[in-house]
Amino acid sequence: MKKLIAILLLAPSLGFAFGGGVVLDPAPVNLHDKLSLQRGAQVFVNHCLNCHSASAMRYSKLTDLGLNQGQIRENLMLASDKIGDPMSTTLDPKEGKAWFGVMPPDLSLVARSRGADWLYTYLRGFYRDPAAKSGWNNTVFPNVGMPHVLWEYQGSQALQVADKGATKLVLDGPGKLAPAEYDKYVGDLVNYLVYMGEPARAKRVQIGIVVMFFLAVFFVITVLLKKEYWKDVR
Amino acid sequence: MTAIVLDQVDEKKRRFLIVATSAASAVAAGGVAVPFLGSWFPSARALAAGAPVEVDVSKIESGQQITVEWRGKPVWVMRRTPEMLAQLEKNDALLADPQSGSSKQPDYVKGAARSIKPEVFVAVGVCTHLGCSPTLKKEVGAASDMGTDWPGGYYCPCHNSRFDLAARVFKGSPAPTNLEIPPHRYLSDARIIVGEDQKG
Amino acid sequence: MAVTNKPPVTGAGPFNGVLTWFDQRFPLMVLWRTQLTEYYAPKNFNVWYFFGSLAALVLVIQIVSGIFLTMNYKPSAEHAFASVEYIMRDVPGGWIIRYIHSTGASAFFIVVYLHMARGLMYGSYRKPRELTWIFGVLIYLCLMAEAFFGYLLPWGQMSFWGAQVIINLFATIPIIGEDLSVWIRGDYNVSDATLNRFFALHVIAIPMALLGLVAAHLMALHETGSNNPDGIEIYENLDPKTGTPVDGIPFHPYYTVKDLVGVAVFLIVFCAIVFFSPEVGGYFLEYNNFIPADPLTTPTHIAPVWYFTPFYAMLRAIPSFFNMQVWGVIVMGAAVMIFFAMPWLDRGRTKSIRYRGPIYSAFFAVFVVTFVILGYLGVEPTNVWGEFPKGIPMVGGDYIATWVARALTAVYFAFFLLMPWYTARDKEKPVPQRLT
Repeated sequence: MKKLIAILLLAPSLGFAFGGGVVLDPAPVNLHDKLSLQRGAQVFVNHCLNCHSASAMRYSKLTDLGLNQGQIRENLMLASDKIGDPMSTTLDPKEGKAWFGVMPPDLSLVARSRGADWLYTYLRGFYRDPAAKSGWNNTVFPNVGMPHVLWEYQGSQALQVADKGATKLVLDGPGKLAPAEYDKYVGDLVNYLVYMGEPARAKRVQIGIVVMFFLAVFFVITVLLKKEYWKDVR
Repeated sequence: MTAIVLDQVDEKKRRFLIVATSAASAVAAGGVAVPFLGSWFPSARALAAGAPVEVDVSKIESGQQITVEWRGKPVWVMRRTPEMLAQLEKNDALLADPQSGSSKQPDYVKGAARSIKPEVFVAVGVCTHLGCSPTLKKEVGAASDMGTDWPGGYYCPCHNSRFDLAARVFKGSPAPTNLEIPPHRYLSDARIIVGEDQKG
Repeated sequence: MAVTNKPPVTGAGPFNGVLTWFDQRFPLMVLWRTQLTEYYAPKNFNVWYFFGSLAALVLVIQIVSGIFLTMNYKPSAEHAFASVEYIMRDVPGGWIIRYIHSTGASAFFIVVYLHMARGLMYGSYRKPRELTWIFGVLIYLCLMAEAFFGYLLPWGQMSFWGAQVIINLFATIPIIGEDLSVWIRGDYNVSDATLNRFFALHVIAIPMALLGLVAAHLMALHETGSNNPDGIEIYENLDPKTGTPVDGIPFHPYYTVKDLVGVAVFLIVFCAIVFFSPEVGGYFLEYNNFIPADPLTTPTHIAPVWYFTPFYAMLRAIPSFFNMQVWGVIVMGAAVMIFFAMPWLDRGRTKSIRYRGPIYSAFFAVFVVTFVILGYLGVEPTNVWGEFPKGIPMVGGDYIATWVARALTAVYFAFFLLMPWYTARDKEKPVPQRLT
C-alpha cells in the first residue's frame, strides 16, 4: 500500500495523458448547426454504435436536433429498438474484449472527458502500422485498440519522420472523400459527440441569459434599497 | 451621539423599495422552485417505460386474449367471436352502466362493444373496485364455473366483481364502473398502439 | 387571563395579532430584537464583511440542492455514475440542480477562504472572539470532510482515485495505518461499501454537525459582538443616553439591506458559472470525472479539486524519512490544525492590519501569496517547472516545483510559528478612539 501511494504521488510527474504533446487541431463545433448535428448523428449510428454504446443517450432525445420521431425511427434506429431506449451497441462485451483487448468504452460522455479537439485530431490521426494488431496506429492515442473504422472515407495515411524527429501524416491511399470533405465529415461527428456529452447545453445557456437579466434588475433594486437606508448612517 | 440620524427618512420611497425587493425576491424564489419541483415529474426513463405499446393483433385468433403491459398495468387485447358480440347486445338489462356513460373510455369507443373495430377489444385489466386484475371467463353457462346463466365475461377473484366481454360491470358487483378502455389506435389493420389516441 | 404579561406586538400592521399570539408562547420578539434590530454592528464594515452571510447562503443552497439530488442518486458502485447522468439528462431540470450543487461546493470554499482571510487581516480571532474563531475552524474542517466524502459520490475516475489517495494517507501511519485504512474503506479497495458509508456521512452526519457548528459560531459572535476593519471594540464606547455603541448601527435593517447587495452580486457570479461554464475549465468539474471509476486504471494526471491543492502541494513536497511516509501527512494535517492556535500565537497590541507594523503586513502578504502558489502547484504535475540541471549539489535533477513547494511550506509555517516573536516586536501605529 505504501508503494501505491508513492506511485500515486509520483504519477502526476509523468506528464499528461494526451498523446505526448501532439498539437490538437481545433474542432469545428457549432451546436446551433442542426444539419451538422444530424449528419453527425448519422455517422455515429452507422459507424460508432456497432461497437460503442451511448447508454446515457435516448433516441427520443434526438428530437433536439430538429428530427421528428418518425425520422429518428427510420434513419437512426434498428427496428428492434424502441424510441425511448438508450443507444446501445449489439456487440457482446466478451467478444468486444476478445477482439479489441477491452470492451469499447461507452461514448455518452467522451466529449466531456476527452474534449472536442482531442476527438477531432484522433479521428483524423490514424495511420498504417504493420506492428499494430489491427494494422492501425494513431498519433494522439498510441497503440490504440480500435482499428480505423472510417478508413474507406479517409483513405490510408502513413507516418513520415521528417527532420529533427518531427513526424507528419501523409495520405498514401485516397479514400471516398477528399481530405477537406473528410475533415468536415469528422467535424460533424465530433459536433454530435459534443452535443451528446451534454444535451441540456443549449437550453442551459438560453435560461442563463434570462437569469442574468433578472439578476441585473435585482442588483439595481438592492443597491437603491441599501442607499436609501444608509442615508441614516453618519 | 449615535451613528443613526433619522432626519432624511423618505417613508414612501422606503416602502416602495421594500415592496420592489420583496417582489423581486418572490420572483427569484418562484424561478428556483420551477426546476426543483419540476424534478418530481416523471423522468425520461419513466416516460420511456410508460410509452405507448405496439401490439400485433393479426396473430390473435378468434376467441383468444393476450395481455400486454402498459404503464405497469395489464392491458387485455381480445379478438371476440361473432357469438360473443351478439351476446353483448343482450346483456343490457343485467348491467349497471350499459352505455358506459359514467365509465372511463375514449370518445371514439362507443356502444355495447366498447371498441374501435367490434371484434378487437382493448381494456385495462384492473378492477375499478380496488385494483385487482380480473380473470377471463369466456365460456357461457355451466362450463364457465360461474353458474348456468353466465353470459361470458370477466370475474374478479378479490371481491367477486363480474363484467361482460366488453368489461361492463354487472349489477350487484362491488365495482362501481366498467373497466377502463385505454387510448389506442390502429397503425395498420394488423397493428394497434396502446397509449396513443386516435387522431380526429 | 393573558398567557403572559408581555405587551402586544405593534408595528407589523395586519400581522400584529398573529405575532402577538406567537410572542406570548415563544420568545419571538426578544430574538428579533436581540439578534437583529438591537444587535449593534460596527458601522464601518467593508466588502470583506459580505462573506459571512454569503457562506450561510451557500450552506442553504447546498442543503436544498443536495436533498433534491438524493431523490434520484443511487449510492452504489454499480449505479452511482449512471444515476448522475440520469439526473443530468432524464430528470426534468436535474442538470440545473446538479450544477447548482457542484458549483456550490467550490463557491463554499471561495467564500470561506475569503471569510477566513478577513478574520486574519482584522484580527477577528483575537480576544474576546477566540471561540467564534475556533467554531469557524471546526466548520472549515467539517467542510473539508463534507467535500471529500461528497467527491466520491459521482463515482468517476477522479472520485475513485482521489478517495484512494486520501484514504491511503492513513495507511502511512505506523503500525495501525494499514488496518485503519481498511476499516475506513470497509474493503481492501475503495468499493461499494466505501461509497455507501461516504454517502451516509455526506448527506446526514456532516451536514448535521455543520448546522450545529454554524449555530455555535453565530451565538459566540453575537455574545461578543462583531469585530471591524479598525479592530476597535465598539461596546467600549457607549452613548450615555441610550446605552448603545456610538459607532454601532442596528444589524437590521442596515446590514440586512447591505448584505442583500452582496447576495445579488454573488448570485450573478454563481449563476454565470452554473449556466455558462459549470466546468470552469476542469477546476469545478474535472474532465476525468466524466469517465466511470475503474479500479484497474489510474488517470495519468490526478490532482485534488482546487480547494485542497495548497495542502496537497505540501503533502507531495515532503520526502520520506527513516523509511516512513507519514511526514507529509503530518505536515498537511498540521497546516490545517495550526489555525486553531491563532488566537494565542498573535501577541500584537492591535488587531487590524490597518494599525499593524510593517513586519506583520509583510508576513501576511507573503503568506497569502504562498497559499496561492501552493494551490497552483497542487493542481499541476510536479514537473511543471522542469528540473534543476544535474550536478547542482542537493537539488540537481530534482523537480524545481518540488523544491519551491518545500520552501513555501516552510514559509507557510513560519507565518504561524514566528508570529509570537514578530507580532510582539512590530512597530504598530496608534489606534484611534473611534471608528474611521
